[in-house]
Amino acid sequence: MTNHWIDLKNSDCILVMGSNAAANHPISMKWVQRARDKGGILISVDPRFTQTAARADIYAPLRSGTDIAFLGGMIKYILDNNKYFKDYVVNYTNATFLLGDKFKFEDGLFAGYDPKTKKYDKSLWALKKDEKGVPERDMTMENPRCVLQLLKQHYSRYTLEKVSEITGTPKEDLVKVYEAYAATGVKDKAGTIMYAMGWTQHTVGVQNIRAMCLVQLLLGNMGIAGGGVNALRGESNVQGSTDQALLFHILPGYLRTPTVNLANLESYLKVVTPKSVDPKSVNWWQNAPKYVVSLLKSFWGEKATKENQFGYGWLPKLDIGQNCSWLNLFDAMYAGKIKGFFAWGQNPACSGANANKVRQALGKLDWLVNVNIFDNETGSFWKAPGADPKKIKTEVFMLPCAASVEKEGSISNSGRWAQWRYKAVDAPGQAKPDGDIVVELMNKIRDLYKKGGKFPEPILSLKWDYVDQKGHFDAHKVAKEVNGYFLKDVKIGDKEYKKGELVPAFPLLQADGSTSCGNWIYCQSYNQQGNNMARRKKDDPTGLGLYSQWAWAWPVNRRIIYNRAAVDLDGNPWNPARPLLKWAEGKWVGDVPDGPAPPMSDPKAGKYPFIMKPDGVASIFGPGLADGPFPEHYEPLECPVPKNIMSGQFVNPTIKIFTGEMDKHLTCDPRFPFVGTTYRVTEHWQTGIMTRWQSWLIEAHPQMFVEISEELAQLRGIKNGEKVKVSSARGEVECVAIVTTRFRPFKMGELTVHQVGMPWCFGWMVPKDGGESANLLTPNVGDPNTMIPESKAFMVNITKA
Amino acid sequence: MSEGYSILVDTSKCTACRGCQIACKQWNGLPGTATKNVGSFENPQDLSYQTYKIVRFSDGKNGDGKAYWNFFSEQCRHCLSPGCMAAAENDEIVQDEKTGAVLYTPATKKLDFKATLEGCPYNIPRQDPKTKQMFKCTLCFERITNGMIPACVKSCPTGAMQFGERDKILEMAKKRVEELKKKFPKAQAINPDDVRVIYLVTDDPKKYWKYAAGK
Repeated sequence: MTNHWIDLKNSDCILVMGSNAAANHPISMKWVQRARDKGGILISVDPRFTQTAARADIYAPLRSGTDIAFLGGMIKYILDNNKYFKDYVVNYTNATFLLGDKFKFEDGLFAGYDPKTKKYDKSLWALKKDEKGVPERDMTMENPRCVLQLLKQHYSRYTLEKVSEITGTPKEDLVKVYEAYAATGVKDKAGTIMYAMGWTQHTVGVQNIRAMCLVQLLLGNMGIAGGGVNALRGESNVQGSTDQALLFHILPGYLRTPTVNLANLESYLKVVTPKSVDPKSVNWWQNAPKYVVSLLKSFWGEKATKENQFGYGWLPKLDIGQNCSWLNLFDAMYAGKIKGFFAWGQNPACSGANANKVRQALGKLDWLVNVNIFDNETGSFWKAPGADPKKIKTEVFMLPCAASVEKEGSISNSGRWAQWRYKAVDAPGQAKPDGDIVVELMNKIRDLYKKGGKFPEPILSLKWDYVDQKGHFDAHKVAKEVNGYFLKDVKIGDKEYKKGELVPAFPLLQADGSTSCGNWIYCQSYNQQGNNMARRKKDDPTGLGLYSQWAWAWPVNRRIIYNRAAVDLDGNPWNPARPLLKWAEGKWVGDVPDGPAPPMSDPKAGKYPFIMKPDGVASIFGPGLADGPFPEHYEPLECPVPKNIMSGQFVNPTIKIFTGEMDKHLTCDPRFPFVGTTYRVTEHWQTGIMTRWQSWLIEAHPQMFVEISEELAQLRGIKNGEKVKVSSARGEVECVAIVTTRFRPFKMGELTVHQVGMPWCFGWMVPKDGGESANLLTPNVGDPNTMIPESKAFMVNITKA
Repeated sequence: MSEGYSILVDTSKCTACRGCQIACKQWNGLPGTATKNVGSFENPQDLSYQTYKIVRFSDGKNGDGKAYWNFFSEQCRHCLSPGCMAAAENDEIVQDEKTGAVLYTPATKKLDFKATLEGCPYNIPRQDPKTKQMFKCTLCFERITNGMIPACVKSCPTGAMQFGERDKILEMAKKRVEELKKKFPKAQAINPDDVRVIYLVTDDPKKYWKYAAGK
């Protein structure tokens, strides 16, 4: 979230699209309701009439996988009707920037596409710069090569007729949504988006969100109270897990993982440190070397020296182009290239797309360690229905771990609030907190390396002192390490800091090895003032619900990021009724500002608002993604239509398609004529590991089901409550049919398309007649930027069981 | 008797998260019963001596062809003049003077279940087939007499359920109905003068649950 949960109450128009917040983030509706109590409008756009739709002022159906068409139509509506917030767009975005001569877009492809590699040469998308290297701009936005004009041109194709034919949304519903949402493109209105996996799990997942970013920038909704782009995280600490880099492509604090070609620290720092020659641009990432060196000092302590490049050589490096995300890992596992696997707090046998392939892959391992609070379909994959334990060689170790209330530590919510939790009870039996399991594991690994082994230095040089006197994992020690220390006495400005003191906040981190920091964005979370994450004060001086002294938010306790865009050029709030920030008597009042510099109009010291961007403004034209600088509609890999009516490019041209025996995909195949999608229910958590054993929850949602329209039920002779079989190119699942008016056939031009939906919270293990995982059906194809699988749009058949 | 407490169930704010249904089971120490999906989100299928509260799900099409999905968190209404008490003779069913809660004592096992059930306009009382004792929502009597609000109300994330002194709840209901009427002409409070658990609906009560407004 750029904003946070409570901030939803400040919105005038809340679009819920790509999520079903009422069912899956129930508490969010408390704040949505507060907004509605003040006259705010709630819009639900979803293939199915959901619990969120039931509460919405406006509901519009759309076929799964067509969100860019829907939002592209909204962008066109905003531009055609001059609904955009002009002062904001001109000053705070790159709408005025000019494109180089090589950029073009033709029939679904941007300039620079290489069909052999399925990649773009993004240098052709470069912005035009003057001889000093400053981007060229046309503040009138009339130049045909300026971003706004190119944007207009790009979305001129997204007419109501075409959008309706692609999405299946009736034209009048499109207009209703566009009108209501575009009305927030004025100074004193805020519109916000609540999205989740309904947007991300597509081959155009990232571009779905980019499309909404464009809408938010055009309407001036970024950085303001009640606005923003808000990802509703599906796990209570998934924000924390990405912050701390539980992903292959980043180090803690969103620093990129080095690649083999960046052989020394200098070459790495060069690529992670962007440059700007514009004096009005803060270009905050110019500080990257301080964060990198402090991180290395945190990893290797005194062993990280200037002479050995602070241990940079010990960091693992990716091969160029190597992608170690989920689908690739399981593909490699299936091919027998991975010998061992820790399934830690997860259940891939049910959560992985194309779960049949995942289950087969687990059988190719030598060993599997299943760390969880309950047994699950992953740890017991070898005794699943249809599996022959005699033929499976994988040795499985079950490690019981502590549940969330049985251990102490921080948890970072969707709104970036790191909240400290105390331990309520001891874990039962031999179950241990994850931290203790990690400590014991690493101690053992270090002992083994002491006896020999290749390249022992990174393991044995590690700073490894995170236990208490009894040898148990100490969450406070880790949290302090994450915050960072001064490693020697230093004087910064006129202030002196002693060796061993915690660093107050990341502006004081250094690139010379005099500070350590396990994650620069968390610097300030636990400093000399104490554990800021444990704060519980309820003061709310702005009345906007920032609660700045409740827990702590990254970065530097800023509750709404990009908040320098909440004010005009002179520092006055766009909306005086919701003053997130105000420049008064030479300083900022309100939220922690995105940098202390005076407002932009200050001729000497004024700065652009989007300090994390090298150019200081937000990117309407975004040349960084794999699949294009503007979002473009492509069909899902499996879709019900014979062609993409927007262009000659049927599917996203940059996706990786796996071609093995288990990687089947069928599009427009008469055997699988219906669109399928997956979702969650309130009562079950993820694959249901924690909830299917819970009698009250399984009582409320006991069995795998599929929701289908009355029309489809009639077509297939299916009655409500009957057992049916849902199948795809990859598998089949038995379900109870819920025949409902809440799914309706989509009328798309001449075509009628039916869609069905299933939850993915079930699995064979428990309860007895609960049913199987919907992921036996989903395709293992991913977004080209993130490789998240397209679990939200695929093709199925449905027959009586 | 019209003092005491009341609960307001504003269905226009309910998201069917079923926090109330689960909280009721938890506070009352009631077991999860074996259920099957019979073609609806609604489960268990009915109230029972082990289930005092169920969220009823009702979907369909409005006159304009658009879908609706109504949620109705069903429980005992704690009537001001409880019909179920008509069958009682010796305090098998009591109405607490201070709170207004209608409470079934273990002595309900002596009562004629059929008559008790028939006396209830909302089809609420249920009987343990073994002990013959009757059960239903207690208005969380032990909570509300110890400074706490009912478990279901406590669990409600959206403020759809409110608990308080009856006159204040009545006032809140009246105000909310007026607000809702601007958008939903059929908005109403169901039998507010007769019951302590007052439901607000924005459409025909029958489109929520067949016994929403009584049998």
